[in-house]
Amino acid sequence: MSEKFDVIVVGAGPAGSACALTCAKNGLNVLLIERGEYPGAKNVMGGVLYRKQMEELVPEFWKEAPLERPVIEQRFWMMDKESVVQFGYKGLEWGMEPYNNFTVLRAQFDQWFAKKAVEAGALLINETVVTECIVENGKVVGIRTDRPNGEVYADVVVLADGVNSLLSKQLGFHKEFRPDEVALTVMEVINLPKEKINDRFNLEDNQGCTIEIFGDSTKGNLGTAFVYTNKESLNIGVGTTLSSMIKAKIKPYELLDYLKTHPMVKPMLAGGESAEYLAHLIPEGGYRSVPKVAGNGVIVVGDAAQLVNAIHREGSNMAMSSGKMAAEAVVKAHKSGDFSESSLNSYREALNSSFIMKDLEKYKDAAHTFEKYPQYFNEYVPMMNKAMSKFFTVDGTPKREKQKQIMKSVTSERGTIRVLQDIYRAWKAVK
Amino acid sequence: MSTKNIEEKQYLLRFKCDTKSHLTVLDHDVCMTKCPDKICTVFCPAEVYKWEGTRMQVGYEGCHECGSCRIGCPYQNIKWEYPKGGHGIVFRLA
Repeated sequence: MSEKFDVIVVGAGPAGSACALTCAKNGLNVLLIERGEYPGAKNVMGGVLYRKQMEELVPEFWKEAPLERPVIEQRFWMMDKESVVQFGYKGLEWGMEPYNNFTVLRAQFDQWFAKKAVEAGALLINETVVTECIVENGKVVGIRTDRPNGEVYADVVVLADGVNSLLSKQLGFHKEFRPDEVALTVMEVINLPKEKINDRFNLEDNQGCTIEIFGDSTKGNLGTAFVYTNKESLNIGVGTTLSSMIKAKIKPYELLDYLKTHPMVKPMLAGGESAEYLAHLIPEGGYRSVPKVAGNGVIVVGDAAQLVNAIHREGSNMAMSSGKMAAEAVVKAHKSGDFSESSLNSYREALNSSFIMKDLEKYKDAAHTFEKYPQYFNEYVPMMNKAMSKFFTVDGTPKREKQKQIMKSVTSERGTIRVLQDIYRAWKAVK
Repeated sequence: MSTKNIEEKQYLLRFKCDTKSHLTVLDHDVCMTKCPDKICTVFCPAEVYKWEGTRMQVGYEGCHECGSCRIGCPYQNIKWEYPKGGHGIVFRLA
């Protein structure tokens, strides 16, 4: 298969398919390579897909894509051992066009999305591992695969090879990641009849709900858990930074079972049937972990470029946008015939001026702050629960007195100055 | 039924196993002499790594290909590759 393409895209996830689709629509000769049996076979996501960035690639995709439910309610839980403080938002406007986001099952969604790239003219080859980039005179000129005579050449190679991105590491774009730069997340898909889901989550057929759970869901470690509603199943998962898991000697599947049997969670799952168990890493190093993303003849997109906003659980949307921006840089380079790093750096500039790098910059200190100061998860969440319990328990104490007692218990547990420091630090990390 | 342990969880999955391991412990002596925690046996989400007294057993057939062991091994003692194209884990749902 010693052929030459205009562009080779490695990996048919959201970033890769977005890039392949946009390149193909612009008349380029595109090869899209996937190592799985089919696109999605190796991919895992909690399940929230955002409408905005997807719509820019496939207008009105919700009319044809395999989606689960439009999310009309987002809940946040601060969970202790036998209690939970909740807040959230539910709005019917999210249940109608143009929607805000959807729950999806990725093995199905990714196949559909890659098919859109194929319909636009890209050539998709599955079951093929790209083992290395072919570099000649300091320029990436193609790829080597694990197929016999598996060299293929192109003007540009786009690396959409996911969180582990062995290929961009090979090129020296980044060193091996540290355990605090990735989150290890495990989840289960649990089948449950539609009626049960609707009743338990107070939903109609075509309405979905997401719950993000902090605190005891990770036993106080830096991370979150989630429960998302599909049509006839729930996705329930939990993750922490790999460094927290190592430090606390946590077995991830035991943490998942702890969550599933937690008294605040268990009734939601009752009678459910486990259908799949999945583990995956999420790149959560943020702004400071984004590697070099453009070189001579090569561009890096999506998880491979560490483009994830962990605070807002946004990743697939950044993947799609980065894939599209990469494609636009490739199309521009194709017109000028210049595939050098300085030409392809128009992609980096596009990233910088978009929501992607702006949002990552906003939270550049967040992961580090919360990793270094675990009190936000393991002390304040229980404190909030105690405070709410105290405030809402009617026991004859006047409300003003209750407020005083709550304030006093908070400052006596952590000390007034430390509380003020904690508040200032958290505000600085997310402002 | 909802699963209660890792064996039941792994049983839900489909694997197309290669005959050759894509995971290699480079030096079993390092595990034996330098690594009392054998932390890979703890955090691996598929219980791929099992310590058998003198050497690390690698059950690559059940690997989710997440990459944690490569990043989390304190001695960079695990060579981590992708299974041959089309092989390894096959997620059917999420």
